[in-house]
Amino acid sequence: MIQTAPASLRRMLATSQSAPRLARGVKLRHDETRDRWVLLVPERVLAPDDIAVAILKLCDGNRTIAEMAETLAEQYSAPADQITADVIEMIQDLANSGFLIDGGKS
Amino acid sequence: MSPTLDQHHPQIEFDPNDGLALLEGKGQPVTAKYGIPLAVLIELTHKCPLQCPYCSNPVEMERARNELTTQEWKRVLDELADIGVLQVHFSGGEPTARKDIVELVQHATDCDLYTNLITSAVLLNREKLAQLADAGLSHIQISFQGSDATKADRVAGFRNAHAKKHEVARWARELDLPLTVNAVMHRQNLDQLEDIIAMAVDMDADRIEVANVQYYGWALKNRAALMPTIAQIDRATQVVEDARERLKGILDIDFVIPDYYAERPKKCMGGWGRQFFNITPSGKVLPCHAAETITELDFLSVRSNHSIAWIWQNSDAFNRYRGTGWMPEPCQSCAFKEIDFGGCRCQAFALTGSADNTDPACALSPYHSATFKTAETEAETGATRFIYRNFAGGTLEAEPQDGK
Ligand code: SF4
Ligand code: SF4
Repeated sequence: MIQTAPASLRRMLATSQSAPRLARGVKLRHDETRDRWVLLVPERVLAPDDIAVAILKLCDGNRTIAEMAETLAEQYSAPADQITADVIEMIQDLANSGFLIDGGKS
Repeated sequence: MSPTLDQHHPQIEFDPNDGLALLEGKGQPVTAKYGIPLAVLIELTHKCPLQCPYCSNPVEMERARNELTTQEWKRVLDELADIGVLQVHFSGGEPTARKDIVELVQHATDCDLYTNLITSAVLLNREKLAQLADAGLSHIQISFQGSDATKADRVAGFRNAHAKKHEVARWARELDLPLTVNAVMHRQNLDQLEDIIAMAVDMDADRIEVANVQYYGWALKNRAALMPTIAQIDRATQVVEDARERLKGILDIDFVIPDYYAERPKKCMGGWGRQFFNITPSGKVLPCHAAETITELDFLSVRSNHSIAWIWQNSDAFNRYRGTGWMPEPCQSCAFKEIDFGGCRCQAFALTGSADNTDPACALSPYHSATFKTAETEAETGATRFIYRNFAGGTLEAEPQDGK
């Protein structure tokens, strides 16, 4: 029988109330040489696009997705509830890859 | 309407190494053509208490007296950060066999480098690990030789190694260090794969790298004892697929099918001199950690009067197999030549006697069928005794004892 606790506690199911933060070993950094934002993870360097960077910068483990969506709604002049849905989807993708965890739970 | 996130659906590129590594560095003409790699492997020493029969170190290992000094490594780290390297992987041998490991990790952190420690863990105690964490270590990768202690310790050639690794993994957790389990797989442990993945989940690792042995260096000496069967590979592939589905977001699983059993070779190192280099204990800059097995090449050292960027960009060893111009047939007229770059140079050298040839893992190589048949035969009938890695050129494992 495969035992999945305690690692499963880390897995985030993104809702508007989750407060994501970067997982252990994941760093968002501006790369001066190549002049772009990069996400440093254990064996790779990823190149998030501008919107992903805008979202990742807000993932501090305190802000909820709902709050993030408000900020982004202002930034992109778009309706907040629509943005919330998009952000949830993206954050879930990032969580599935192990880059984001729920700040509230750990 | 103004742009919504929907129209600009956020993207994270999953294999950006190419695009990113080949980007031109700002105001750095020297790296204009082949951008400086994002990550560099640093082999601090060839010393290691373990004796893994598949070790990727050269059979002729570097003696401690030739190793770079602390000051020299610091200068190397400064230089790497300066030219745009973002990650350093401290490896070996066993990197913690260097007394200055904490100091070097601290220095890399001070240079704003992402640091990864690739370790067998057996030399670590809790205090040392805590010091490494305090020095800013970003991630630790611990190698495991199997899922059960007796078998794993036999492969490592080191008593109680397995238990010790578990202990260090637990400390890593307590110290909140991100952890990757590195499991090197071969015929004699591939059937434990399910248990090894479960073990990684149990120890709350973030990732597991299921690494199939690459057959050069020590592993080539031990190929008959290590080569998996096709049935094992098929089963392992299935195990990994199932586990990936089940463990999404819990454990990231890295797995590449060994190329002896593939139709086309791997894009080894992402292509020679395209996105990777490593530095050996004595400071040689290599396009691949096994490149010294190609005895006809000369590699420049950081102790030479050339900068690392110059060596990367201009040295003969890097340019020899760069791009596609060097390729013989069947690669030269092949549609895949910019996809796999002709495969692995070290494997071509080891199996055909010349690094200029197409990697025999490719079905189009004239050496392919012979290689494949040898592999198949070895997998079915090969001996199981290991030749252990050591500075004396290797020691054959004792005959199995009764009741073992
Ligand atoms: S593969 Fe084994 S013997 Fe070689 S450096 Fe790693 S732990 Fe040591
Ligand atoms: S012939 Fe050369 S380029 Fe074509 S698939 Fe084989 S190794 Fe790759």
